[in-house]
Amino acid sequence: MIGFLKKLGAVLVTLLVISLLAFLAFQIIPGDPTAKLLGTEYTPERAEALRESLGLNGSAAARYLSWLGGFVRGDFGTSYSYNQPVAELLSGKIVTTATLSLIAFLMTIIISIPTALLAARRAGGVLDRLLLGGGQVLMSIPPFFTGIIFTWIFGLVLNMFTVGKFVYIYESFWGFVGYLLLPALAIALPKGAMTAKLLRSSLVSEQSRDYVRTAISRGHSPRSALRSHVLRNALLPTITFLAMTLADIVAGSIIIEQVFSIPGLGRMLIASISNRDYPVVQAITVMIAALVVIVNFLADTLCRIIDPRVRLK
Amino acid sequence: MKKRPNYNLILGCIIAGLTVGMIIVGIFWTPYEPTAMSGGEKLDAPSLRHLLGTDNFGRDIFSRVLEGARSTMLIAAAVVAIGASVGTVVGAFTGYFGGRVDAVLMRFNDMLAAFPSILLALVLISLLGSGKTNVIIALGILFIPSYARIVRAEFARQAELDYVKSARLMGAGHLRIMFVHILPNAAPVLLSSIAIGFNNAVLAEASMSYLSIGVQPPDASLGRMLSDSQTYLLSAPWYAIGTGAAIVLLILGFGLISEGLGDSRRA
Repeated sequence: MIGFLKKLGAVLVTLLVISLLAFLAFQIIPGDPTAKLLGTEYTPERAEALRESLGLNGSAAARYLSWLGGFVRGDFGTSYSYNQPVAELLSGKIVTTATLSLIAFLMTIIISIPTALLAARRAGGVLDRLLLGGGQVLMSIPPFFTGIIFTWIFGLVLNMFTVGKFVYIYESFWGFVGYLLLPALAIALPKGAMTAKLLRSSLVSEQSRDYVRTAISRGHSPRSALRSHVLRNALLPTITFLAMTLADIVAGSIIIEQVFSIPGLGRMLIASISNRDYPVVQAITVMIAALVVIVNFLADTLCRIIDPRVRLK
Repeated sequence: MKKRPNYNLILGCIIAGLTVGMIIVGIFWTPYEPTAMSGGEKLDAPSLRHLLGTDNFGRDIFSRVLEGARSTMLIAAAVVAIGASVGTVVGAFTGYFGGRVDAVLMRFNDMLAAFPSILLALVLISLLGSGKTNVIIALGILFIPSYARIVRAEFARQAELDYVKSARLMGAGHLRIMFVHILPNAAPVLLSSIAIGFNNAVLAEASMSYLSIGVQPPDASLGRMLSDSQTYLLSAPWYAIGTGAAIVLLILGFGLISEGLGDSRRA
């Protein structure tokens, strides 16, 4: 329990450090945002009034505290280019990106566990080597290229969906999920191959342990020993890896959204970077950073629950 | 047990050798001028005249792929050079001396490693502005921690070994022990992570220029070409396929080499 509380404390400190870094990073940017916002209507008086309303006056520490306070309460500031509260701007897009990432994550798991079990059944065999080789190729194909090939084959040649005609969740839930399946698969293929490779190698090294021999001598078939004993032990490093993968998947959806014209956080982020719309960039980065920290913490907790040995360390 | 040849390493060297060889040839000679337009040959299918066809301006795609691959490879090499050299120095000092600085740096490192590097690169680019040099700086900085971590672990392990102790007894200074004695022994680990790092850099550069926040025209870039090709996907699918295949080959070759180096270390 003390270990758990310590971890929780570390998570909170990490989140604070991240928020401070995100705040400072966007403080040192050269240039005055009011100049860009006002454009040709720039006068010193107007700029001053705008600075006041954007909360750009005051000491850095005071601004940090008020920004952090707003952030915790869900007030992410006002977008420079849309003149709208950032929270309002992002709320619908979060659902899209979160759903896309979740589907891709589930696909990664569905792809990796059976393949790893299949390959590890006879390590070094023909099937194992074929899967390893195939995985190596899959890992080398960038998701955005897979996505482009998908839009070509399924969208343009087979006409199974219209590229760019995104189905919003309030229009049709299944249409929304359906539109996200191919982009999710494009992300999941290389991630699944990576996870499978890791799981396979930890399955193979667990297989030679004494407890497996014991299980087989007690009447387990090698296959059921693999599934009921080895898998459980081999999953631990995989869970930690999957937690890190989830962060990569969220980052991957940023790119894949561009390929399939999905109006999610990623497209918003890219557009805001080009427009130098810093409050939006800041909000999205801090949100993803917080997600990464929290997911890693959950994975760590899950490992403690599955394996009592981790708790003692 | 019979020793099986290291297929990963052999195949990787062949693929990487071919791609790098073609890129080097491309520096001196390309079938066409990469920027030469030809009005009558817009979006032509691959043929003997144009190996990968032509794009929407009638430019030879193969020549452009060679040019783009060169720029991607140079950026990746520069990124890895920055990351690996700074990372090695940081890792060597922290791993060899340990102590409080080491603990703090590694804590920070763990935190940074958890974040997707492409996201951090995007944030850095939004601060620095886009363009070739800024891409190299942003990615180079982001690659330092992973090398520092690998080198640190290796140095911390080797520093306890007997050969280091005897070198110290013979009066070798810290710097000499670190860079003359330990570094060569850490080289195998460093080499295979350099190959992986090169891959990640290629992928990151291609993604960033695909999102059009990386390399800006007129600088050639595979990612940017891929993004252009999407408009002509139905009428000229070879544009996307040829460009994408070049990225895949670049990554696959070095991926297999890194795999093979890992295999031979374990064997």
